[in-house]
Amino acid sequence: MLGWLRWFMARNGIALSVYMLGAVALWVIVMIVLPQLFMLDFSFRHNWQQIDPSKMGGPEDVYTFVNYHFLAYGSPNNPDPFNVVDVTVFFRTIIAAVFVTIFDLALCYPIAYYLAQVARGGKARLLVLSLIIPFWVNELLRAFAFRILFGEEGTINAILVGLGLLSEPIDFVREDVALYAGLGYAYILLMIFPIYNVVESLDKNQIEAARDMGASWLRIHRRVVIPFAKPGITSGCTMVFMLSAGALAAPQILGGPSSLWFTQIIYQWFNTGSNWPRGSAYAIVLMLTCVLLVLVLMKIFKVKIGEIGR
Amino acid sequence: MSADVQLDDVWVQFGDFVAVRDASLTIEGGEFFSFLGPSGCGKTTLLRAISGFQAPSRGRVLIGGQDMAGIGPNRRPTALIFQNLALFPLMRVWENISFALEVKGVEKSARRKKADELLELVALPGQGDKMVHELSGGQKQRVAVARALCAEPEVLLLDEPLSALDLKLRQHMRTELRAIQQRAGITFIYITHDQGEALTMSDRIAVMRQGVIDQIGDGTTVYDHPETAFVASFVGENNFFSGRVAEVSGATATVDTQAGRFCARISGAVPVWPGDEAIVFVRPESIRFARNGSDQNTLTVKLTHQEFEGHFWHLVLQTDSGDQIRMSVMNDGSSDTHEMESWIDIGFSAQSAIVLARGDLAAD
Ligand SMILES: Nc1ncnc2c1ncn2[C@@H]1O[C@H](COP(=O)(O)OP(=O)(O)O)[C@@H](O)[C@H]1O
Ligand SMILES: [Mg+2]
Repeated sequence: MLGWLRWFMARNGIALSVYMLGAVALWVIVMIVLPQLFMLDFSFRHNWQQIDPSKMGGPEDVYTFVNYHFLAYGSPNNPDPFNVVDVTVFFRTIIAAVFVTIFDLALCYPIAYYLAQVARGGKARLLVLSLIIPFWVNELLRAFAFRILFGEEGTINAILVGLGLLSEPIDFVREDVALYAGLGYAYILLMIFPIYNVVESLDKNQIEAARDMGASWLRIHRRVVIPFAKPGITSGCTMVFMLSAGALAAPQILGGPSSLWFTQIIYQWFNTGSNWPRGSAYAIVLMLTCVLLVLVLMKIFKVKIGEIGR
Repeated sequence: MSADVQLDDVWVQFGDFVAVRDASLTIEGGEFFSFLGPSGCGKTTLLRAISGFQAPSRGRVLIGGQDMAGIGPNRRPTALIFQNLALFPLMRVWENISFALEVKGVEKSARRKKADELLELVALPGQGDKMVHELSGGQKQRVAVARALCAEPEVLLLDEPLSALDLKLRQHMRTELRAIQQRAGITFIYITHDQGEALTMSDRIAVMRQGVIDQIGDGTTVYDHPETAFVASFVGENNFFSGRVAEVSGATATVDTQAGRFCARISGAVPVWPGDEAIVFVRPESIRFARNGSDQNTLTVKLTHQEFEGHFWHLVLQTDSGDQIRMSVMNDGSSDTHEMESWIDIGFSAQSAIVLARGDLAAD
C-alpha cells in the first residue's frame, strides 16, 4: 500500500495526487459510506419523531433492536409465532428475484453469445440497437404498457382467446406474470452486456478446436464457453438479482393486488408510515440478505470477486 | 492409420475475393506435406477447407477416397492444430489433451492414462496437472500436438504451429515434429511461410502464391528446379536478371540483360522461346570468383558490403549497370578477403543458373 502510494505520488506529482486521492475519498465517504451509516444508525433507534419528539436526543433515545424484532415477530399483540405478512413477502421477494435472474440468464446468454461470436458487422449492430432503443421508453411508461399487454382485457388475452387457445381470458397481472415479465425485461441489458463482453474476448479458435475434436454444441458451451464467461455471468446475475429484489416501480404498477414486493413494505414505512427507523431496518435486512446470497453463490460457483470487474 | 487427401479443383471465394484458386493435388497417406507461401496467400483457408471449417465454393475434398462435402469438422478423420494453438486455458494439461476422449464419453481414469501416454510421446512426461499458462511456448506447442493426436486422426493439419517460437526452439521442434510424424505414422499437412521449415521437414512441398499453387515437388526439386519466377525468388535466396531470350540451343538459352548476356539452363517443365521476356536466376552459393574463363557467364562487379557468418562470407556486389548481386563464399580458411569498393571478377556456370518466363517475384 505504501509502495503503491509512493509510486502514485511519483507518477502524478504531490499536488495532483493529493487532489485525486482527496476527490476519490470524498466521493466514497460522502456519497457511499456516510449515507449508509446514517441508515444503519437509524435502524437501531426508536421512532421518537412520531411517538414523542421531545424525547429525541434525551436519555431514552438509545440504540434498540425493536425494528428488527418487529420484522421478525410483528407487533407485541401479534397472535402468530412470527410476522407472517412481512416475512412471507420478504422470502417471496427473494425467491421471485432469483427466478427473474434465472429467467434473464436463460434468455440473455444465447443472445450475448450470438452477438459476441456469431453475428457479424451490420447484423450485430442492428441487434444491439434493437436491444437498446426500447429502453428510451421510460420505466413507468413501459410498466403501464405491460399492464395493457398482460391485462385481462389486454392484447395477449385478446390474441389467445381470438385464436381459440383460451376459452376464458387469464388475468396475467393478478397471476404476477406481468410483474415477472416486466422485471425480467427491465434488466436484460444488464445481463447481456457483461456476458457479451467476456464471450467476445473468447478466441473463436477455441470453439472450433472443441468442435474439431467432435464436441457437441452442448459440450462446447458447458466446457469451453460457460467456464470462460463465468465472470460475466456472475456480474450480470448479481446486478439483475440485486436490482429486481430492490425494484419498486415495477411491483407497484405490475404487481397483482394481493402480492406485495418487500420494497413496497419498506417504502410504506418510510412514506405513509413515517417510520424511518423501521424502514431502514427492513432495507438493511434486504440488502444484507442479498449480498450474503450473492457471496454464497459465488463461493459455490467458485467465482472470485476480483474476476467480476474484468 | 493414415489417409490420403485429394483436392479436386478446389476454389474458395469470400464474396468476390478468390482466396484459393483451382487447387488440385493428391497428398499420399503417411506423407509429410507442406504448403509454403507468403502470409495472406490462402494457406489457412485451404487448410480450413480440408478440415471442414470452410466449405469450398467449388470442387471437392476427398479424404481416404471419400468425398467430404457436407461432413462437418467433428466428423472428419482430421485434427487441426491452430495457428495460435487454441488450448483451453481453464483446463489442466491432461484435460486439454484428452478432450477428444471426454467427448466420446471415455471414463476419467482411461482418459488420464491416454493423456499421460501422449505426454510421453511429445516428451513432456509428468506435466499433466499443470495449467496451460504455466507452460513455456515450446511446451504448449507439444501439448497442442498431443491434444490433436489424442483424437487419433488419420490426417493431422498444422497451421504455422512454430511461428510463435524463438529460432532455437523452432529448429529443435522441426526435428521433433518430423519424429512424431514418423512415430504416429499418419499424414501431416503442414502450413508455413518459412521455407526453411518446409525444406527440412517435408516429403513434398506445394508453393502457393495469391491463392494459386505454383509448384509441387520435394524440397530439392522446388529449390533446384523452380518452375515459376515466384518459386525461384520465394524459396531460398536468388539473384535475378531480367531480359529477353536471344537464342535457345538444346537445354540452354542465352538471355540479354542489362548486366550482360547470360547463358542458363532451361526448365524442362516450362520452356522459353527466343524473343520471350525472361529472368535468369542464379543462387548466391553458385557464384564463384572467376578463374580465367572456366565459366560461361562472367561479370565484373564492385564489392559494396560484406558479412562474416562463420562458415560463410556473404558479399553484396554491384554491377556497372546497377544490379545488386549476392554471393556466398564458403570459408575454407584460406581467408582471401577483398577490399571494400574493389572490383572483382565473378562467374557462374550455365548449369547453375536457370532461365524462367517473366512473372511475379516474391516481395522481400
Ligand atoms: N472469412 C474470410 N472472409 C473474407 N476474407 C478472408 C476470410 N478468411 C481469409 N480471408 C482472406 O483470404 C486471404 C487468405 O487468407 P489466409 O488463408 O488466412 O492466408 P494465409 O494463411 O496464407 O496467411 C487473405 O487475403 C484474407 O484476408
Ligand atoms: Mg494463416
